[in-house]
Amino acid sequence: MSWLSFFRGKREEKGNAALAKDRLQIILAHERASRDGEDFLPRLQQELLAVVARYVQVDANKVQVNLERGEGMSTLAIGVELPAKSRRNAAA
Amino acid sequence: MAQVIVVTSGKGGVGKTTSSAAFATGLAQRGKKTCVIDFDVGLRNLDLIMGVERRVVFDIVNVIQGEAKLNQALIKDKRVEGLSILPASQTRDKDALTKEGVQAIIEELSKEYDYILCDSPAGIEKGALLALYFADQAIVVTNPEVSSVRDSDRILGVLQSKSKRAEEKKEPVKQHLLLTRYDPVRVAREEMLKLEDVLEILAIPLLGVIPESETVLKASNAGNPVILDAESPAGQAYADAVARFLGEERPHRFLEPPKKKGFFEKLFGGKAA
Ligand SMILES: Nc1ncnc2c1ncn2[C@@H]1O[C@H](COP(=O)(O)OP(=O)(O)O)[C@@H](O)[C@H]1O
Ligand SMILES: [Mg+2]
Repeated sequence: MSWLSFFRGKREEKGNAALAKDRLQIILAHERASRDGEDFLPRLQQELLAVVARYVQVDANKVQVNLERGEGMSTLAIGVELPAKSRRNAAA
Repeated sequence: MAQVIVVTSGKGGVGKTTSSAAFATGLAQRGKKTCVIDFDVGLRNLDLIMGVERRVVFDIVNVIQGEAKLNQALIKDKRVEGLSILPASQTRDKDALTKEGVQAIIEELSKEYDYILCDSPAGIEKGALLALYFADQAIVVTNPEVSSVRDSDRILGVLQSKSKRAEEKKEPVKQHLLLTRYDPVRVAREEMLKLEDVLEILAIPLLGVIPESETVLKASNAGNPVILDAESPAGQAYADAVARFLGEERPHRFLEPPKKKGFFEKLFGGKAA
């Protein structure tokens, strides 16, 4: 430890265990909640896609599913790349 | 064609996941498109070490069972360009992994990535065998400790007999030794096997020596691969290992105990370990 950091005190040396605890609490809450129930995400995605497919042709490879688990709330974003209308007409 | 690298050891808790995260991040930092796959089905941890646990939607088992497309299961790292993570499943068991399924994933990834890293589970059962089966190269993570060295020797035997390359009698899997959790102070006190001893016993080329370092725990607390901590001795040692892997010459560091600091050095500076 250098002379300066000795006087700057312990604060900057403080560990980041609290960060580890926060991360664990969030992810474990989600894991425990889904432990009994089956994982509904695959089905949700399939059903959503089936609905979209009634209106437009979709390429399953061009569906992006993004999830961000948070403490009180999670966000699920499903992005479906819709084919350009004109191109479909041109192809037809 | 991508190179497939397995990070393996036989023994658990020696630093495979830490090394997989660091190495994958390091390769991506050097501009190589890299995907790191967690093969520890049922006990996934790579997501935590990489700090992407809250973004996991689908996993390798969903992809193998056709419930999700590969690109939907891949998590793109937000810190380093060209780095993706494919998480293991937390809820299913190892039997959900199949050779054909893994092969299809590796073939698809091969089209886009330069390196595919497979973080192996401990043991020599199905999960570990699948993680190493398609490997072109193996990073054998070993601690300077009797049971770890013995298990590494065992896994070297498995690489030479049960990998795809072995079965097809192709050029063998290229093996690299990564000696981790090396404590030069304890080595100097002759309490711990030294590098030369481990090298003599395992007799495979040395990729790097990663010192035992507090910064590893700090990095996993925060979910940042330790290689992103440029101040950390372990991070620097991983960066050296990645450079060597890519063909650069780098001297091995952190093999000797840090020099005792004099009184004035202690008072007026010198870096803390
Ligand atoms: N170089 C190191 N210095 C200190 N601790 C380390 C080091 N490498 C790994 N560890 C610690 O060892 C434990 C096991 O590491 P991990 O990467 O999960 O091993 P594995 O994947 O082989 O089971 C973890 O607690 C990790 O923080
Ligand atoms: Mg592990």
